[in-house]
Amino acid sequence: MNTTWSRFNIASIVLGFAFLYLPIVILVIFSFNASKLVTVWGGFSTQWYGSLFRNQGFLDAAWVTIRVGVLSATVSTILGTLAALALTRYTRFRGRVLFSGMVFAPLVMPEVITGLSLLLLFVAIGLDRGFVTVTLAHITFTMCFVAVVVQSRLMTFDRSLEEAAMDLGATPVRTFFAVTLPVILPAIISGWMLAFTLSLDDLVIASFTSGPGATTLPMKIYSQVRLGVTPEINAACTLLIGIVALGVIAASIVNKRREVQRVLDEQTAQRGG
Amino acid sequence: MADTAITGRAPATTAEIRRQGGILSAITSRLVILVPYLWLLIFFLIPFFIVFKISLSQTAVAMPPYTPVIGVSNFFSKIGELNFDNYVWLTDDPLYVNAYLRSLLIAAVSTFFTLLIGFPIAYGMARAPATLRPTLLMLVILPFWTSFLIRVYAWIGILKPEGLLNQLLLSLNIIDSPLIILNTDWAIYIGIVYSYLPFMILPLYSSLEKMDYTLVEAANDLGCPPLSAFWKITFPLALPGVVAGCLLVFIPAVGEFVIPDLLGGSETLMIGKTLWNEFNANRDWPVSSAVAIILLLLLVVPIMLFQHYQAKAQEAER
Repeated sequence: MNTTWSRFNIASIVLGFAFLYLPIVILVIFSFNASKLVTVWGGFSTQWYGSLFRNQGFLDAAWVTIRVGVLSATVSTILGTLAALALTRYTRFRGRVLFSGMVFAPLVMPEVITGLSLLLLFVAIGLDRGFVTVTLAHITFTMCFVAVVVQSRLMTFDRSLEEAAMDLGATPVRTFFAVTLPVILPAIISGWMLAFTLSLDDLVIASFTSGPGATTLPMKIYSQVRLGVTPEINAACTLLIGIVALGVIAASIVNKRREVQRVLDEQTAQRGG
Repeated sequence: MADTAITGRAPATTAEIRRQGGILSAITSRLVILVPYLWLLIFFLIPFFIVFKISLSQTAVAMPPYTPVIGVSNFFSKIGELNFDNYVWLTDDPLYVNAYLRSLLIAAVSTFFTLLIGFPIAYGMARAPATLRPTLLMLVILPFWTSFLIRVYAWIGILKPEGLLNQLLLSLNIIDSPLIILNTDWAIYIGIVYSYLPFMILPLYSSLEKMDYTLVEAANDLGCPPLSAFWKITFPLALPGVVAGCLLVFIPAVGEFVIPDLLGGSETLMIGKTLWNEFNANRDWPVSSAVAIILLLLLVVPIMLFQHYQAKAQEAER
């Protein structure tokens, strides 16, 4: 096929990516600003990182955020994978329309509505607001994202592999762990990471469902931002961006390795056959 | 499927798999459906009914700050005296009506701008050399992994009167006095377009990438001008992506809180912010519940459309 990549195409991509990345780059640069003013460059300095690590409030919030993130991402990955399996493997069951509705609706539901409704549920069942309620809320809204990611992998999955395993006498459960799981594992891992980042980022739902003693990092950053823009917040944001970027890059390297390995295996198998 | 043709075997149905695994697998298959189903029922669906119930109750200065009108036990006896005051109040008060209308308008305008900016980017990506595409795709997804709050916050330093954008424009002598962008609707548009751009680009890209470009070439060969070829071929073929992208941007943007709060200033009335203030500052739970229910009713049609297209896309991939 003749792919003409015109000058217009290149220009729109370059401008588009500049628009997407410049604000973040500027934010990172100004976290190393010696001046207290965020928009005037006063020389290179890492003092804001130092003051960040001496700020007990930030450290506490970071610890809460990480615990909520790991716990909620893990549970939501299990639930989301089950939901994806239910949606792709069982085309007919009672209430399937409602089920798929409940999986897709949270993806676009405004956060204020999700947050408010979950809070009212927790009040209604008499659950005190805090660590547990934030975690439950995060499991609920992130599991749908996991379900979508895993589902798209299951769609392209070659079912004949499972059939072969079962023809050879494996039970469905055994087949799942020996055949299905290894194939969809990359999707499950990226689902976990997506759930973790969503939990790490969430401000609105956490603000509704959290209580005293369970302030998350975005809540802390938000309350600081309301008081004004400071280089310390830039430093906190840069650290968050750094952690996420490292995770994403690591995951893509792992994925690439697996992909290369898979291609090599296939080639070996073909030569052997 | 090729291997089905070779072995002459139809793919296993769920019933067949169940037969093979016996009772154990029947239980497992039930659990696979039941566990996420129950979770979503309890934590997603039931809360909406609670919101609805509380929206019909009266405000009280207590904890929780509302007096329930209906409990489970006296549901039927009280059903005649439901309290619709909150809804009457909302529809009477021009403040709320304006907030709803402005939210819809701001979301619509921003969605339009997002499409306008996102389309050339997605198109350029789809026409890029095949080896470059995964990298470009990764670059679009990457900002999505950075915190929403951080990305909105980054714009404050850029858009401020003494911010970087004004510094740049002043030093280039394009303007002689700083532009006031922060705390206006323009800042909200910029914030929404910027934050939601990847949501627009991804579905557009997946439609455009599947497109057969020889169609456009054929049209050009037959003397169709490029612009008219775009409207007659490219755009209709990209339409599923356009619809999905617009819905993915429009629906959350209507209820957006962080962007109007940080970039829009104190006068901007968007409904997400109104709900937040009603709840956190005024502690009026019944009114904020009523606000949420009306917002949900406004969004029911777009959400159903989104579901419909999701289901259709699924069918297409099957």
